[in-house]
Amino acid sequence: MKKVLGLILVLALLSLSFGVALAQDTVKIGANLEMTGAVAAYGQMVWEGVNLAKEISGDQVLGKNIELVLVDNKSDRVESANAANRLIDYEKVVAMIGPAISGSMLAIGPICDEKQVPVISASATNPLVTQDRKFVFRACFRDDDQAAAAAQFAIEELAAQTAAVLSDIAQDYCVALGNFFKEAFEERGGQIVSDQYCKTGDQDFSAQLTTIINSNPDVLYLPNYYTEAALICSQARDLGFEGMILGADGADAPELVSIGEEAVEGVYFTAHADTAHAITEIGEQFFSLYREKHGREPSAFEALGADAYLIIIDAIKRAGELDPVKIRDAMEDTENLEVVTGIVTIENGDNKKPIVVKQVQGGEFVFVTTIEY
Amino acid sequence: MTWVTFFQQLMNGVSLGSLYALLAIGYTLVYGILGLINFAHGDVFMLGAYFAFFMIAIFMLPWWLGVIVGIVLCAIVGMTIERVAYRPLRDAPRISALITAVGVSFFIENLGLVTVGARPKGFPRPDLMKNVYILAGARIHGVTLWVPIISLAILAVLLFIVYRTKMGMAMRAVAKDMEATRLMGVNVDRVILLTFALGSALAGAGGVMWACKYPQINPLMGVFPGWKAFTAAVVGGIGNVVGAMIGGFIIGVAEIMIAAFFPSLTGYRDAFVFGILIFFLLIKPSGIMGETLKEKV
Repeated sequence: MKKVLGLILVLALLSLSFGVALAQDTVKIGANLEMTGAVAAYGQMVWEGVNLAKEISGDQVLGKNIELVLVDNKSDRVESANAANRLIDYEKVVAMIGPAISGSMLAIGPICDEKQVPVISASATNPLVTQDRKFVFRACFRDDDQAAAAAQFAIEELAAQTAAVLSDIAQDYCVALGNFFKEAFEERGGQIVSDQYCKTGDQDFSAQLTTIINSNPDVLYLPNYYTEAALICSQARDLGFEGMILGADGADAPELVSIGEEAVEGVYFTAHADTAHAITEIGEQFFSLYREKHGREPSAFEALGADAYLIIIDAIKRAGELDPVKIRDAMEDTENLEVVTGIVTIENGDNKKPIVVKQVQGGEFVFVTTIEY
Repeated sequence: MTWVTFFQQLMNGVSLGSLYALLAIGYTLVYGILGLINFAHGDVFMLGAYFAFFMIAIFMLPWWLGVIVGIVLCAIVGMTIERVAYRPLRDAPRISALITAVGVSFFIENLGLVTVGARPKGFPRPDLMKNVYILAGARIHGVTLWVPIISLAILAVLLFIVYRTKMGMAMRAVAKDMEATRLMGVNVDRVILLTFALGSALAGAGGVMWACKYPQINPLMGVFPGWKAFTAAVVGGIGNVVGAMIGGFIIGVAEIMIAAFFPSLTGYRDAFVFGILIFFLLIKPSGIMGETLKEKV
């Protein structure tokens, strides 16, 4: 009887140590994303893209299983910082996919630098996000480039001479992008005739729009996230605005059409990728798998989420070990890596990507042109 | 600013204010009868929009029927909240009921986040609610014309119920003295339940009208409109239905005008509205239409 008990005990101990060994065999990658709150669509799309990329590129790196740890940052700066601390201190992640929006990325940058864990955002476009930050990266282009492309498109392709801007005073992304656009538009000989502000969560924009319409601009520039952009378009058309509307990558979510309906028809916006025409092999694979799974066209955010994930995995492979500092160095050395939206070379945490212009036509986002810079 | 622009801005304000007014009536009704500030009102407002959305988009009901079913469901939710959350606390101090109301509000918001998700949905609108009318150079949204009509109709029904029916008489009696009313053989629980049903139905109707004007619904959509309507109710004199409507228009017009005349201050729009609330609480806590009540002895 004793022997049997002893055997059971040994077996139990063995299985226990086996369990521990299993735990050590995983590579933890954090995902600090907007699953709820004002910009939940971005976080959910990025998460979708990350998981799809994992499905395509395999579950393992350096012979260990990859484990994604998701924490919801509620689209909030403070919650993003809390989530970053939790992922680094408690979950011990070796790298993190950061918040989709610039304001939250700016909040967690100092934390990742201090704790020396690399973070990459799929879509935080504000130039300040990576500036003077050793451990902060992005998978997308920057807003100064995006605004310049938008101004160039407005003047050259849309033949606009005057523009109005309605920016969101509560978002780093919107304020900076609006300012870059104003500079770039005036630099190219255009004139800004009205400069208005709103606040995230506002639902009524009639006061600002009435003032804008009164100044009669050729084009209305909206450096906003999708919910505000859709509501602004709908109220602008209700108030009789007949000019062109030009948005930014923040408008690139299916909600733009589901909320804005016919009011967003004809709206142009700058975007990260032309998902209808993949440039790389993995891009083609990703887009067709997405269409097969969801029966609809993927958006740029899913593609960028996949990019962020692929950049981390590639860096871990090249680093050869699970040391966050080595992974960071490998990320900075990323060169000509084929990802979903194209080919990536990272420099000072940023990478230069061509900027795509899309237009809403019949409720679909249709590719118009690519602007190189 | 030209006259036409000013008139357009005024219409923008009236348009927003009419929605606040519709919501404020619900706050004031429940307060007038129970002395309870139902902070979950803004969330029932959100539920109204969602119920109507699901009825129309998923169960394919015609628009008007979907809206009616949505409003009825809101009334049921209101009665459930009263039965589950407020009734056990009826004899507790007022502060307990107030805290419970805030709790119910958070509960509904987060339940919404978990069940339907945080991504906003577009709200289906009939053409009647989408059309834009032009009046003396100002463009007015269809909803703006309908809301006052609907509000007045609701007001008429309310006044009829409160002053011309037995149930209304019971409501007024409960408002005066709950214990004495119970001694007179009135089923007080039923009266209060009905009050909540009425208030919640109003919130549901408000939610649908709001979604017609701002066709974006999400689980937190009721928070700010709710607070602003509460402000409107206080400004107009809480407990007074006509005051609530006046308060709604004042808040709506004030909010638009600050953005129209001081574009650089638009970020302080909400702060300005709540500044009005603080101002009234300090200077005239009984509101514009409210009477200063003597303490009951």
